[in-house]
Amino acid sequence: MLKDITLGQYFPGNTLAHRLDPRTKLMMVVIYIIALFCAKSFVSYGILALFLFISVKISKVGFKSLIKGMKPLIIILIFTAILNMFYTPGREIASFWVFTLTVEGIWSAVFMVIRITLLIMGTFLMTYTTSPIALTDAIENLLNPLKKIYVPVHELAMMMSIALRFIPTLIEEADKIISAQKARGADFETGNIFRRAKAMVPILVPLFISAFRRADELATAMECRCYCGGEGRTKLHVLRYQKRDLLCILLTTVITITVVIVSRFGY
Amino acid sequence: MMDMLKTENLCFSYPAKEGEESVPVLKNINLTIERGSLVAILGHNGSGKSTLAKQFNAVWLPSGGKVWVGQYDTANEAVLMEIRRRVGMVFQNPDNQIVANVVEEDVAFAPENLGVPTEEIRQRVDAALAAVGMSDFAKHAPHLLSGGQKQRIAIAGVIAMEPECIVLDEATAMLDPRGRRDVLETVCHLNKEKKITIIMITHHMEETEIADRLIVMNKGEVYLDGAPREIFQQVNELRKIGLTVPETVKLLYDLRQDGVDVPLDAISVDECADAICAALKK
Repeated sequence: MLKDITLGQYFPGNTLAHRLDPRTKLMMVVIYIIALFCAKSFVSYGILALFLFISVKISKVGFKSLIKGMKPLIIILIFTAILNMFYTPGREIASFWVFTLTVEGIWSAVFMVIRITLLIMGTFLMTYTTSPIALTDAIENLLNPLKKIYVPVHELAMMMSIALRFIPTLIEEADKIISAQKARGADFETGNIFRRAKAMVPILVPLFISAFRRADELATAMECRCYCGGEGRTKLHVLRYQKRDLLCILLTTVITITVVIVSRFGY
Repeated sequence: MMDMLKTENLCFSYPAKEGEESVPVLKNINLTIERGSLVAILGHNGSGKSTLAKQFNAVWLPSGGKVWVGQYDTANEAVLMEIRRRVGMVFQNPDNQIVANVVEEDVAFAPENLGVPTEEIRQRVDAALAAVGMSDFAKHAPHLLSGGQKQRIAIAGVIAMEPECIVLDEATAMLDPRGRRDVLETVCHLNKEKKITIIMITHHMEETEIADRLIVMNKGEVYLDGAPREIFQQVNELRKIGLTVPETVKLLYDLRQDGVDVPLDAISVDECADAICAALKK
């Protein structure tokens, strides 16, 4: 039952989208999101959708898996759409009880749905083509200037990568505990939601205790391997920008500027 | 040449909780470990063997006496990194000592910490993985490997520091027989080829056969110390503290008790068989 947890899902590959520096991809996503929030018309959204479409084609990820990733968010999508539809002031079409449907409301709902869909698909494309460890490296690298104002960037990145490393180990352990508790007659499948939540306690308690023990042992093991914080550390894989990284950033920036200009003129 | 490790009247007790007497775990231990040797430390749970191991690279510091790593005193905090770099440690549970989620990244962890330049890290990682026979797994995810393979990765992670000594703290305890054999072969290879001093903490009598020297611990003291062959002959002493001897020695011992003239120092099955055949011919 825990096997289908997909955190930081990654589809390995060797396309341009995969080979790009993770920092570039991160920056591209940020710029792309800015562009999305500047866009105000079908033309500007069209430009961004086309950009996303081409990127997905290059990455060979496949739209199916992107759409599959959208599924859990459909409820949020519908909810925001409804809120936008009825609570935007403007020309009234129909009205019942506290709800008022307006022309502007319908437009803004449509745009909101397009915007969120494009936003989620864009970020998913990044996580699908970047390994979690590369992403952590990129975040650490990009946030490095914050060290000057005493933000513990290295520690945060280290915590993230250790958390990612232990997800499969802890899932395996949780599976073992579930089997052990089932063997003693624990029932996880019947009863209402509260009973089921209560049934989780005998899983969580041993899992937590073991996680703390693991953390303690890991800390000792890390110290034994001369870990003493980020100061003076070197790296096996050093991130280096290539020409293609510069080009991709430039392209994204140009598209963003185009979107801003197009929106300015009301298209 | 200087000895690898040396303890002088080493005493140790864990920090006691308030209102409780602190129980001494190590009592007056004087040991000298020579460079390039393969030493096994054997003992029951609570004999203090793991605690002793953790004294060797300053995870714990002595409550009394001294521990020397080469010329360095472990109590001197200024040389802590020098000590840890020289004495690597492999623990029992392989899952809890692997840091990264790619094998080669994990092996690179120690040299990264030491600030080794990138090109050299690459060389060290490749050499370390080759030394434990895991080169084909460099890009794998550690959680998909078997216990024995994970433990070899952990050893590679220590080798990448280029230590002079490796302490294995019950590193085979959680492994299946095959994983255990692989790890022991790796350890022997490192000792013979790379001249790395090995200290193996274990409670499996069979594993100590590969050692040059066997130290038996009991209740925080050194109980017996010598070549494995000599120690195995002291069957009564070992039984007194509840340790069993290898099956071969047990057989020879029982035969001797019944008046058959066989030597006691035949440890391997073949040696044992030869000894019995020789005795039968007489």
